[in-house]
Amino acid sequence: MTEKLTNEETVTFTLNGEEKTAVKGELIIEACEKNGEFIPRFCYHPRMKPVGMCRMCLVEVSSPRGPSLQPSCYVEIQNGMEVNTQSDPVKKAQDGVLEYLLLNHPLDCPVCDKGGECPLQDQTLSYGPGESRFIEEKRHFLKPLKISSLVELDRERCIQCGRCIRFAKEISGEAEIDFAGRGEDTEVAIFPGKEFDSYFSLNTVQICPVGALTAVPYRFKSRPWDLEQIESTCQFCAVQCKLSVQSSQNEILRTLGIDSDAVNQSWLCDRGRFGFEAIYSSNRVNSPKIKKDGEFIDVSWPEAVEEVARALSVAKIANGPDSIGFIGGARLNNEGAYAFSKLAKGVIGTDNVDAQLSDGIDPNLIFGLRRATINDLDQAEIVVTLCGDLREELPVLFLRLRTLVANEALLLAEFSIGETPLSQYAAFRRSLVPGKVQNLLEELKDSFLSSFGRDDFEQKDGGIVFVVGNPGIGIDGLEIEHSIRALAKSFPNAKFLPALRRGNIFGALDMGLSPGLLPGRVTLKSHGSFFGDKWVCVPEKVGKNTKEMLQSVIDGTMDTLILLGSDPISDFPDKNLVLKAFEKAKNIICVESIMNESTKYAQVILPASMDHERAGTVTNLEGRVTHAGDKVTASGASFDDWVIASLISAELGDDLGFNSREDIGSEICSFAPAYRSTEKYFISGNDFGDGVVVPIAQVPVSIRARKSDPIEVPGLSSIERQGSPIRSGNSLPSSVAKVGSESQISFDNSMFDLNSTVSYKLLEEKRESSFYLVLEKSLYDNGTLLRESKSFENSARESYFKLNPVLLAELGVNEGDMITVSKESVKVKGRVVADSLVSVAVVVASWNQNSADSRELISLDNVNIVEVER
Amino acid sequence: MTHLSAELVEKCKKVVELYPSKRSALIPLCHIAQGQNGWLTPEAIEDVASLVGVSPAEVRGTASFYDMFHLEPVGKHVIAMCTNIACMLAGAYELLEHAQEKLGVSPGGTTTDKEFTLEESECLAGCDKAPCIQVNHRFFGPMDNASFDTLLADLKSGKLADVVPPHGVLIRIDREHKRKVNYEAIDAERVEIDAAIKERKLKLEAANNATVGKDS
Amino acid sequence: MALTTFEKIVSKRLKLENSYTLEQYLATGGYDGLKKALQMNPEDVSAEVMDASLLGRGGAGFPAGRKWSMLKPSPVRYLVVNGDESEPATFKDHELVERDPHQIIEGTLIASYALGARQAFIFCRGEFALGLERLEAALNEAYAYGAVGSDIFNSGFSIDLVIHPGAGAYICGEETALLESLEGKRGYPRIKPPYFPAVIGLYGMPTVVNNMETVSNLPWIVLNGGKAFASLGEGSSAGSRLFALSGHVNRPGWYEIEMAKTTFRDLIENPELGGGVRNGRKLKAFIPGGVSAPWFGPDEMDLPLSQDAVAQKGSMLGSGSVVVMDETTCPVRAAWRISKFFSRESCGQCTPCREGSGWIERIMHRIEMGLGREEDIELVLDACDNIAPGLTWPPKQTTICVLGPSIPSSIHSAITMFRDDFLTHIKEGGCSYDGKIN
Repeated sequence: MTEKLTNEETVTFTLNGEEKTAVKGELIIEACEKNGEFIPRFCYHPRMKPVGMCRMCLVEVSSPRGPSLQPSCYVEIQNGMEVNTQSDPVKKAQDGVLEYLLLNHPLDCPVCDKGGECPLQDQTLSYGPGESRFIEEKRHFLKPLKISSLVELDRERCIQCGRCIRFAKEISGEAEIDFAGRGEDTEVAIFPGKEFDSYFSLNTVQICPVGALTAVPYRFKSRPWDLEQIESTCQFCAVQCKLSVQSSQNEILRTLGIDSDAVNQSWLCDRGRFGFEAIYSSNRVNSPKIKKDGEFIDVSWPEAVEEVARALSVAKIANGPDSIGFIGGARLNNEGAYAFSKLAKGVIGTDNVDAQLSDGIDPNLIFGLRRATINDLDQAEIVVTLCGDLREELPVLFLRLRTLVANEALLLAEFSIGETPLSQYAAFRRSLVPGKVQNLLEELKDSFLSSFGRDDFEQKDGGIVFVVGNPGIGIDGLEIEHSIRALAKSFPNAKFLPALRRGNIFGALDMGLSPGLLPGRVTLKSHGSFFGDKWVCVPEKVGKNTKEMLQSVIDGTMDTLILLGSDPISDFPDKNLVLKAFEKAKNIICVESIMNESTKYAQVILPASMDHERAGTVTNLEGRVTHAGDKVTASGASFDDWVIASLISAELGDDLGFNSREDIGSEICSFAPAYRSTEKYFISGNDFGDGVVVPIAQVPVSIRARKSDPIEVPGLSSIERQGSPIRSGNSLPSSVAKVGSESQISFDNSMFDLNSTVSYKLLEEKRESSFYLVLEKSLYDNGTLLRESKSFENSARESYFKLNPVLLAELGVNEGDMITVSKESVKVKGRVVADSLVSVAVVVASWNQNSADSRELISLDNVNIVEVER
Repeated sequence: MTHLSAELVEKCKKVVELYPSKRSALIPLCHIAQGQNGWLTPEAIEDVASLVGVSPAEVRGTASFYDMFHLEPVGKHVIAMCTNIACMLAGAYELLEHAQEKLGVSPGGTTTDKEFTLEESECLAGCDKAPCIQVNHRFFGPMDNASFDTLLADLKSGKLADVVPPHGVLIRIDREHKRKVNYEAIDAERVEIDAAIKERKLKLEAANNATVGKDS
Repeated sequence: MALTTFEKIVSKRLKLENSYTLEQYLATGGYDGLKKALQMNPEDVSAEVMDASLLGRGGAGFPAGRKWSMLKPSPVRYLVVNGDESEPATFKDHELVERDPHQIIEGTLIASYALGARQAFIFCRGEFALGLERLEAALNEAYAYGAVGSDIFNSGFSIDLVIHPGAGAYICGEETALLESLEGKRGYPRIKPPYFPAVIGLYGMPTVVNNMETVSNLPWIVLNGGKAFASLGEGSSAGSRLFALSGHVNRPGWYEIEMAKTTFRDLIENPELGGGVRNGRKLKAFIPGGVSAPWFGPDEMDLPLSQDAVAQKGSMLGSGSVVVMDETTCPVRAAWRISKFFSRESCGQCTPCREGSGWIERIMHRIEMGLGREEDIELVLDACDNIAPGLTWPPKQTTICVLGPSIPSSIHSAITMFRDDFLTHIKEGGCSYDGKIN
């Protein structure tokens, strides 16, 4: 139990005459709800500060001057308080508020998206007067008002609860919507010509208690009673938010955030919410394809698998298993990743397997760190970020951190390439320069932490949490790894949250899709013989990472690449290296869902099912294993990845031994050390809740009450009816918590030695007039999944370069002008963006945006020093 | 700054410095910004937003709460006619009707020559001069139809230019003194003063209690 | 009752020439109060104010000394002077700020010294353009004179004063809305508890909010002593007070009157004061303390101008503004106009007030225009009841602040006192007073 829980005091109060208990500090509305008495409400939202505006939640509360009506969302429960939620004055007030709200609210429920799941509709039925006495003309507005490319506002339906405005200001920190006007004329408004330009804009639609805010992609698409839903997990980034996937007639129409206290606390980013649209891409691979005479032709599965097996066998016989490599895997679920890991390492015998594209962190380092959970941020006193812009890379993690920092719940030290939305809150920050990262971190100790004159947060478990990832392409990954190791040594009690971004990258790494690793966070060295007994074989030596594989193809020592849902041409930093390798490779086999740049080079394409089409487990950046379900059937002839791996293996003559994904689950749980005792999470129909953080903790973990309210997630209750109940809690459902005793298998990660030193090549000093080039990633770019989603197809921006304003003045250019950045003969043009937090030694370039491609300037072989001219 | 003159921006910066929190200067700055064009242009709002460090939507949302800020263009003279209780009892509605006829616009309207904007206002705190009106926030009253006509003529001819500046110009006197007090220094001192006061109070209470004890 | 004579306290300079200049102010004893206060201990200054039994002049009538004593100890605290005078028919602060701005500044400084304020703000209604200019000019003079700023009159006491213009919103007269507005936000009243300004005020720090007339009394109180002030008036209604008289009287205007010693009849009829109902007509009703107060009929004319006496009869002395309505006044129209005011000024935060005020105004307008139905009388009262349950006085409320529950005052009064007029409007399909106004 955490301190928070053990310190909880209880108070006793009376609710409608009956004695009840509550936790001290709870609001009346929460205390009553926990005691089974639902109080109607509109403006109150459990994840935002109360404002007491709508007056729907008035209850009678005792006071020295007799009972008075008080907003239950605003007043804390006190010992001895007498609360009455059903008295005549309360009922009269509820009647009054609802009649007032309906004065101007149009009765267009039959055509309103919210009809059928509308808190105003529902609460009017339960608590309101039968009819209105209002005979005047209702308010009218021009409708709808576009407040962002994804959100529209029908102002006449608005009941001025301010939830959307508060979300924008309080949670996402983008106050681009506000009330305008006064009194009766109050309306929600954007600044004319300036949209509510937020990655989180659609949360406002979900929390709107009426149909005033609607999602453009869903508007007029369906009625709630026609939707079926499952509780699932978003797999667009490594945060893996819990969501409800809703479909009608086998077509997904929308998703809604679920309040998982441990992970997303009900929020989603817009990309995660409507990114499923890629399923319906016109470039979907619906059938296996083989290239004949330069053209892809559709073939049957047996033909395609035979072709793949033939290519693999030929390669293995001719040049050994090491001539075969697997690139990618972060888009697979754990079952798929395990199956391909077993195929590559346990059947073919190659260790040339890498789920990362040379832009991440060595998993040997990640596994050696003391891993933090997202909830650990709540308990931390200091959070240090050494990573990319979290809003761009792990959006909902950004929300959690931003809210905490903005509320001064913790101090933030930021190490970033340039300005991020968190910079304004940072108590300490430094701009990163390639080659100087370690020096800057030393400053953290000398200039920042020492200024507190105390070291108790250094002693305290998790007093400091480091969020570590790759801050930008162009800083040597080894340099970052070296720095992280140094931090881990300096702060032995600190915890680390690794900030890799790709969907199920942590699942892929845990399943062994990385050179030198085997499933369950163990190494070839430590567990090679163990797996050698269980599998057909294990690789003889540690294999190559993606960059090395590409180079080997060019060298001619490798000739066969299998791309697992990966598009290196668009996604690997050094595009030229990929192109050279692909042109040279003898066989490229793609396990892919949507045609992309890299599939053009394939000999065979095997269609894989996508998120929400396949069931299985995924693992997030905390190591939380959760369930991601299949809401719709897979498109065309697509198969789940594990089936594809099994087919190939069988064709090669070795049965992987899986007849169902549960078979894989039970094998993972028995073989993969970090996944011991997690069997129940791999079985369909079980109580998955928020999943479990692996390895299962040695100490019991707090289970916090879920802050869910019936008007928050429409239709949530029906998830329960479908047998996948919602669970509160950090990680352990009660049945598992019992295992958290001394007899618990304790996973040993000491094999990952943090003291092992890595040497990184010190950068060649740049000349005075030149700059280090660093590329930054954005949430919206020209990546396949975005480009193929209708709502995001045009979301990429024009390519840009960020420079310190001092340099702009020197160069004589203004923000918005075009400049040319060059390296030797390669020249790339882009618009100038001023960023006063970028070092004067650095130029930051955009990644995979429109027009020019800055990756032309990147070469992983040497230092990326560029020149800038007007 | 894209819109406000350099002079006004300087003035705004001085006002911002007077407050412990930048956002506090939002309303004074909107007044200053409105002085430039007679109304709060979107560009002026963006300038104010960057000066006080909030979003333009928040500045607009805040400004729109207040009657004195105009988010649409207005005439050179904004005539606010009070019709609240005291003025109504003195014939404000009849005067308003006369004004509408005379100007040819209804409340909220601006004459085609952009000279006058007519407004029906709430109580202006000039009830002893009911019915009272304000032109660009300068008081006139008690008014009748004849004095109203004369006033219009005088405003148009420029005879009242000294008394009634163009709409938007509110306070023609600038503050001459910067913030003088060093808060950090006095805050430290304050802690000591508070401690001394507390001590005195305790002594006083103790003395009182002692006396009470004797009485009983 | 006879009119008492006494040395005027807040209004003594109002009729002098150039009363707003430092020269005139100093010539009439200006800043002597501040100089004396700075020689005293801060808590002794507070004690004088406590002794004076000075009631807040904004409308709620809470004793200023007690308000000060409730200020939570904290290194950082603020004083805010509320000059956002917007209660219809109230115009005393308007006079004070235009005619005697130095007195406000001096009072503010005395209060700041007594309270140990870190900074003080004078929030002045934006529509008082002339007043704001005079106040700003006076502040410039006061700084130059050494009365404000660092080390005032070599006393070691330092404070900065900021004049903050309002921008036109009645609700900002409510002290927590005023603080929001001063923080640069929409004027939304805060919820009490916990947002009592004395505990969590400006920027979350303990804050005293005093009315402009309240602080204008301080120089005199410091110079003459709290007891001298309390010797005027009677009981809790101590001292003198500016009353604003308007409506159907011969001599509308402001009058400084000793509290409790004078009656409404004196105020309205005394030839030196109101001079009687205009055109020799009969009085129909009067509003004793701003439009938030329930109305009185001729029977209440002999009530003294005392806070308690008025409260006992179910209304309030409020902001000290008295509106006289003679027999030609249509009570439906008067109540409608007041309801229109509240509808336009509702901040829009709470549903009952935001939606209710507009609906009530529409029903009242319908009745006044002769389009009402008989059931509309009960309907409008029930709509009022949903904002102020029970229509009691002082009102209960379903809203955050008291603007909402002030809406029913005039409507309830008008219907109770003049129900027949409402019925006539409905039956005859129009206003029977049309054309007879004035």
